[in-house]
Amino acid sequence: MAIHAIERATARQPATAMADTGGAAAQAALRVTGLTKQFDTPQGPLTAVQDVSFSVGEGEFVSIIGPSGCGKSTLFKILGGLADGYRGRAFVGNEPVAGPHPAIGMVFQEESTFPWRNVLDNVAFPLEIAGMAKGQRQERARHFIGLVGLAGFEQRYPAELSGGMRQRVAIARTLAFEPKILLMDEPFGSLDEQTRLLLGDKVLQIHQSLKQTSLLITHSITEAVQLSDRIIVMTYRPGRIKRVVPIDLPRPRTSEVVSSEAFGRYVAAIWADLREEASRGMTDAERPS
Amino acid sequence: MALVKRLRAVLPAMTGLATIVGAFAVLEGLLRAGLINRYIVPLPSEVLFSFERVVMEEHISQRFAQTLGEAFAAGLLAAIAGFLVGVLLYRNRLLERAVGVWVAAFAAAPLVLAYPLFLVIFGRSSLTIVMLGFLSGIAPVIMKTLEGLHAVRPVLLDVGRSFKLRQGQIFWKVLFPAAVPTIFVGIRLGLIFALINVVGLEFLINFGGLGQLINELAERYDMPGTYAAITFVILISVVIFAGLERVEQWLRPSA
Repeated sequence: MAIHAIERATARQPATAMADTGGAAAQAALRVTGLTKQFDTPQGPLTAVQDVSFSVGEGEFVSIIGPSGCGKSTLFKILGGLADGYRGRAFVGNEPVAGPHPAIGMVFQEESTFPWRNVLDNVAFPLEIAGMAKGQRQERARHFIGLVGLAGFEQRYPAELSGGMRQRVAIARTLAFEPKILLMDEPFGSLDEQTRLLLGDKVLQIHQSLKQTSLLITHSITEAVQLSDRIIVMTYRPGRIKRVVPIDLPRPRTSEVVSSEAFGRYVAAIWADLREEASRGMTDAERPS
Repeated sequence: MALVKRLRAVLPAMTGLATIVGAFAVLEGLLRAGLINRYIVPLPSEVLFSFERVVMEEHISQRFAQTLGEAFAAGLLAAIAGFLVGVLLYRNRLLERAVGVWVAAFAAAPLVLAYPLFLVIFGRSSLTIVMLGFLSGIAPVIMKTLEGLHAVRPVLLDVGRSFKLRQGQIFWKVLFPAAVPTIFVGIRLGLIFALINVVGLEFLINFGGLGQLINELAERYDMPGTYAAITFVILISVVIFAGLERVEQWLRPSA
């Protein structure tokens, strides 16, 4: 990719304007307007996110990246309907978010498989809740287990799997729910870099075949560039949108894209923005309370 | 290969058995050498030979069944009531904070000393024994149920909520199976407390079961017979614990 194209893509513009998807807001699969969330702490109120507005188009893959403490996970919970007490509005299509929405599937940062269920029963869990017959739900669960590359491990329990495999089980379980929108909160945060890249490939393949609208919360720049159509860069506390970077790398992608020159430039450009924010976070963390 | 696999499967049980036999052999040696008083501790070989006598002459199957039944009833009541109270306290934080300390104190109370009160209320019957066993076993079940439910990782509840589970479904599909290992620690403790109190009360009020037999044999100064009868109490514990393990594995399968 030509250098000027990357520069144009990462040029500074007003954050809210950039945060919008290309099309009209009404066509957005996910939309957030003026979102502000405060927490009460012993030291006084703490603003986690402030006046955040963005939208994600149908089938688009967007990542939110920012330093620790920028309110990424708070946004994840608000969009998933797991948090309340915020100002602003969040919409799935044109429906306001008021609790977990059936169109949204969530993949959590922490290990979230059920240890008492084997892989097959873990993945079939949402189908069981939906009342699907056993044979049918197991057949569908096997399909999604195959999709995440775990065929042959159906009868294994989470304790018998690696961290990366367990996260794939969690992804398959969410996919089995067949959500239109996939929210992922640092799903590979606890894994090593090589496993992350390979699982990134798996996510790209799944996105390619299911064309789901995806929103990834991450603190990994390479992961965000590898997977996304757009990256929303957040400031350190209170979390605001600093800028939005469209990623103009060809699809379908694989992890091989990380060795391209264009990839390196995107990473450098985003790091230039993040560095200042991460430094603020570090200074804040080192300050005596 | 299959033989090696089978050997590996039985190795823990064989090692356990060998350890017990070894310990008894050492004890036998110490007793025969006069290093331990044989009037207090009988020879393990004498205990072994007294089994036939105890079984044939002391109606052991009937006594075994009675003590097992009383212990099972007391343990089951403690498990069910303890679990329900634990869930109630978990759901009502004010109540938990109000009575939590009392439950812990109750667990340490020597309830067996209150047996005359139980005799007055329930009479000299199995009901007195079951009720005292039940009350002795309930506190650890309550405490461990609370501990298990509080220790469930919030992300598992978030998973349940993200799949739009109702409150009841979250409890039975997520909270309960996640807490089962800790709850079962409480049930095991409760059963131990219940069994000790059941046998202890049978001994004290001289009413049926193995406790009464142990009392009678001790009164006759039949030490090998007494220890043989105590072995049957241990057998009850083994039977109950083996059953409990199966129930736990059924409720919460694992690798």
